[in-house]
Amino acid sequence: MQPFRERLARPGVLLADGAIGTLLLQRGLKAGECPERMSLERTEVLEEIARSYLEAGAEILQTNTFGGSPLKLAAYGLDGRTEEVNARAVAAVRRAVGDRAYVCGSCGPSGRILEPYGDASAELVSDSFRRQMKALIAEGVDLICVETMTDLSEAVLAVRAARSLSASVPVCATMTFDSTPRGFFTIMGTSIEQAAGGLDGAGADIIGSNCGNGIENMISIAREFLKHTTLPILIQSNAGIPKLKDGVPVFPESPEFMAEKGRAMAAMGVKILGGCCGTTPGHIAAMRRMIDASRRPDGPSRATPPA
Amino acid sequence: MGIIQELSESLQRGDAGKVAELTRRAIDGGLDTKTILDDGLIAGMSVVGERFKSHEIFLPDVLLAARAMVAGMEILKPLLVREGIPAIGKVVIGTVQGDLHDIGKNLVAIMLKGAGFEVIDLGNDVSPQRFLDAAQKENAHVIGMSALLTTTMPVMKAVVDLAKERGVHGRTRIIVGGAPLSADYAREIGADAYCFDGTSAVECVKKLLGRS
Repeated sequence: MQPFRERLARPGVLLADGAIGTLLLQRGLKAGECPERMSLERTEVLEEIARSYLEAGAEILQTNTFGGSPLKLAAYGLDGRTEEVNARAVAAVRRAVGDRAYVCGSCGPSGRILEPYGDASAELVSDSFRRQMKALIAEGVDLICVETMTDLSEAVLAVRAARSLSASVPVCATMTFDSTPRGFFTIMGTSIEQAAGGLDGAGADIIGSNCGNGIENMISIAREFLKHTTLPILIQSNAGIPKLKDGVPVFPESPEFMAEKGRAMAAMGVKILGGCCGTTPGHIAAMRRMIDASRRPDGPSRATPPA
Repeated sequence: MGIIQELSESLQRGDAGKVAELTRRAIDGGLDTKTILDDGLIAGMSVVGERFKSHEIFLPDVLLAARAMVAGMEILKPLLVREGIPAIGKVVIGTVQGDLHDIGKNLVAIMLKGAGFEVIDLGNDVSPQRFLDAAQKENAHVIGMSALLTTTMPVMKAVVDLAKERGVHGRTRIIVGGAPLSADYAREIGADAYCFDGTSAVECVKKLLGRS
């Protein structure tokens, strides 16, 4: 398998995986339980999820470490086991995919609000990211993804933390935007233009957006990013806002619908597509078919997707 | 510009020092305590809520304004107590059991306090028993519950059921909110109302208590 940076430099869309949390819930994770505890107790479930996304055609598999920073783990009394939580999550995905796909270390927000608006110092948040990322890198991730950020200052701290640990590890950074009458902003007030400039400046290799309010908004968000950056763009949309059906939350956007919108984003020049909350291997498989079908016959060769 | 208007505007800017100073000056100038509260602090916070709702300002601005509100209230509170001016209502609030997300809940608490309610914040991961124990002990008018996770939403029904069991539902009204919630869900579980955000929570509680 060629190094991730070389693959990134070649033409063609890269496909990432879909939701992990949604699948963990289907596999016995209880309400309010720490998802990262699965990495300590049930790594076979993580392997199974990674395999199902690999079989669906994903080339980038994320680790179950979204809440794997010590600041987040502290809520469950697991911060003392940060290294173990992160290393075991990486190892599980690696066991499942070998060198058939890239392993991406997921890093979500610290859950704290930075000074002066909140009580968390930049040093506290930065150290927390560094400790998590050090464990991810030591266990051999191919790239790191800082995701679902709403505060640009925090996202910048996270990207810089990764950069301070390794000059070579590719770093993605995605933020979550709301649609407002004045355009797209995070709840903390970061615009797409500010995000693009700030994340690029901090040293991110790939930038974009994840989660959000459905994939149609993501097309507008991607268009806005393309205006403000020359970096490759990553879009991982959720499958819409969940609706209740017989008391059970159901995500409204189908695999076919999301693949169709994914096609539009690929045509615009989005480099990496994938899914967030509510997306399943079915969504990723539909995107795989879309990507393969829109490959030009005379286009440059690319690795055969995993069967 | 009058001092009350200046107070309201300083609060909107999130200038805690100025709000404290103006609150003191207004009191020393013999202005009515209720006027300082209603037309200065609460009026300012109401503008902040509206501007946040319409996306003119963002979370950091609201957090700074809330801090300024607290700075003013700390000075005003002893006077309110001495003059026997009651809060317009008492709300017990929390994020439901199993859910650790409290940014949304905190925002609702900020807006309710900003509107003159007394808010007892139970934090996150609050069990149905704790909600009801607190509501009964405090004689709360309203219980407000928040959930961010689709998986913790069912706890809200357990709270409503326990309120019925203890015979306080009806006397104590129950409101719910959070990203995955909807008015349909609130109806389904027997809550009194669903609130989309902090500003609508204020309107909703006022309406439920007949204070609007």
